[in-house]
This record gives sequence, structure tokens and C-alpha cells, in this order.
Amino acid sequence: MMKQRIWMKVGASLKRCLMVIILSFVAFQGYANEAVPVAEDPELENRLNNLAENLRCLVCQNETLAASRADFANDMRREIREQMKMNKSDEEIVDFLVDRYGDFILFNPPFKPTTWLLWLGPFTLLLGGGLALIFYLRRRRIRIKESEVPLTASQRLQAESLIKEMDKD
Amino acid sequence: MMRFLLPLAVFVVLVIFLGVGLTLNPRQVPSPLIDKPAPAFHLQQLYDSSKTLSSEDNLGKVWMLNVWASWCVACRDEHPVLVELSKLGIVPIYGLNYKDQRDTAMQWLKQYGNPYETSIVDADGKVGINYGVYGVPETYVIDKQGIIRYKHIGPVTVESLKDKILPLIQELKS
Repeated sequence: MMKQRIWMKVGASLKRCLMVIILSFVAFQGYANEAVPVAEDPELENRLNNLAENLRCLVCQNETLAASRADFANDMRREIREQMKMNKSDEEIVDFLVDRYGDFILFNPPFKPTTWLLWLGPFTLLLGGGLALIFYLRRRRIRIKESEVPLTASQRLQAESLIKEMDKD
Repeated sequence: MMRFLLPLAVFVVLVIFLGVGLTLNPRQVPSPLIDKPAPAFHLQQLYDSSKTLSSEDNLGKVWMLNVWASWCVACRDEHPVLVELSKLGIVPIYGLNYKDQRDTAMQWLKQYGNPYETSIVDADGKVGINYGVYGVPETYVIDKQGIIRYKHIGPVTVESLKDKILPLIQELKS
């Protein structure tokens, strides 16, 4: 009786699981189609997205200008789009933005004196840690070797007799 | 002795760096425009669209450019401070009405007071981009030669005026 009830419960929750799985597939079908580009010039929009992938939205700072829906990001995309239509190169547009918003707008900051610590810091730490480890291990090995005192003849005899005794047991 | 001193020194340096990092406000992105000429503009005035103001008009005086909008909640926080500052007559404040509606902007000034010599209209935010605006309110201190000397991000407070902005303005005026 008890067993049957448990099985019924398991059956019900299994059914529920299955339902959730099936429903989630049904739900995802709606998203499965690729988004249709709304812009009149898909090529330019493509270029815009590629560029904006590497630019930071200053309002929601961990999002790219391509992904963010913030007002700021919309304005920036509009500005970039307009500049692209004026046949400006990607570098010119990035320079334009960096002049106004600083290097922080780049997700890939340039290598220069103020960013040396940023770029080299982790490697310096790794190198320092590695060297410290090597030094420590080497010293430890030497110390162990120094503390190894060879057995005297009587100690050796004693040890051998102990081993023999153990073997007997 | 060295065995403990060296790791301790490394640890202390790391803690100092991380500590400084924690106390910095990531929202306050340093502006590359500091000590550079203020970007030129030529914009309509808020109260009279037939009149304009351009950046050259303010050459020869130390002035503040305050970026504001009626939709900006934080602007309301700083507004009383600006109104009081304008009464002191130390520095002329110019408003850059950023991506706003003209009539709601005027209504807002009527309600909360108008600290500005004049406000200019940057309806599409183009001038804002040139000034590197990304979060309203922002305030710039511009010197007699038209060079940006300071940028304050977020609401201007009494403390920021006392500690930084007013001493700087005194220095620039002399």
C-alpha cells in the first residue's frame, strides 16, 4: 500500500518533469528563428555590431555597446552609424570615442604607461610566485639533504634485527 | 627574518592596491577632456529659440556648464545647491538642457528655480557626446581660455563645491 503511494508520487513528479521539458521545447520554438535585421543596410549594421562588440557602454559598464539597450548605447550606435555613413574608418570612429570618453570605453585597453600595471600585473605576480616556489623547493631539498645523517654501524644492526623480528611475526 | 618580511611586504602592497581599488567609484570615469579646449557648440537658447549661444561667447570668463534634464532624477537633488550657488554670484552657471522637451524643461525650471544665466538646448544629445556626457547631471568648470579644468560626474553637493569646485574657481579667476 505504502509502496504504491510512493510510486504514484514518483510517477506524478516524473510526469511534471516531462511536461516542463516538453513545454520548454515548445516555448523555444518561438525564438528559434534568426532575428531579421531591421536596418536598411545590413552590411553597415554588421560592421556597426562588430565595432560595438569591443566598446563599453559607460552606463551599464559590463555590457558592450552592441548588447546594451541603455539610452546611452542607443545614442552611441546612432553616432557610429552616422559616422560610418560618412565613410569614416573604424579607427577614426574609435579615436573619436576615445577622445571624448577615454580608454575606458575600450574593452581592450591599449598598452601604455598608465595601463602597464593592468597588462603586466598578473604576469608579474605569476612570475614572482613561481620564482618564490622554485627558491623555496630548492632550499627545502638542500635542507633535507643536510639533515640526512648516515646510520652508525650499531644503529644499522639494531634496525636490521627489528626488521627480522617483524618478518617472523 | 627575511622569510617572513618579504611575503608580508608583498601582501601589504597587494592589500593597499586592492583597498584603493575598492574605494574608487567605477561610475566616475576620468574624462580625457580635462585640460583640453571645451568642444565648440552653437545652440539655441531654451527660453528664446531665436537666440543662440556658442562656446566662444564665454571666452574671458570662468564659467560652469551644467548638463541637466527634466527627466533626470538626480538633477533634482543637486538643483537647490545650484540655485544657492547662483545667488552667491561667484560663477556664472550655464545649463545644457540635454535630450529634453523644451516645454517640460521650462516648466521644471519654473517649479524648482532657475540658477542658469541661460540654458541651451541639446535636443539630440550631439553636443553631449562631444563633451563625453554619459550620465546626467554632469558639471564642467571652464576657464578664461575656454579650457575644461574640471568635470564633476553626478549631482554637485555642498561638499564637492567647498572642497574642490569653488577653490578651483577662485584659483582660475585670479
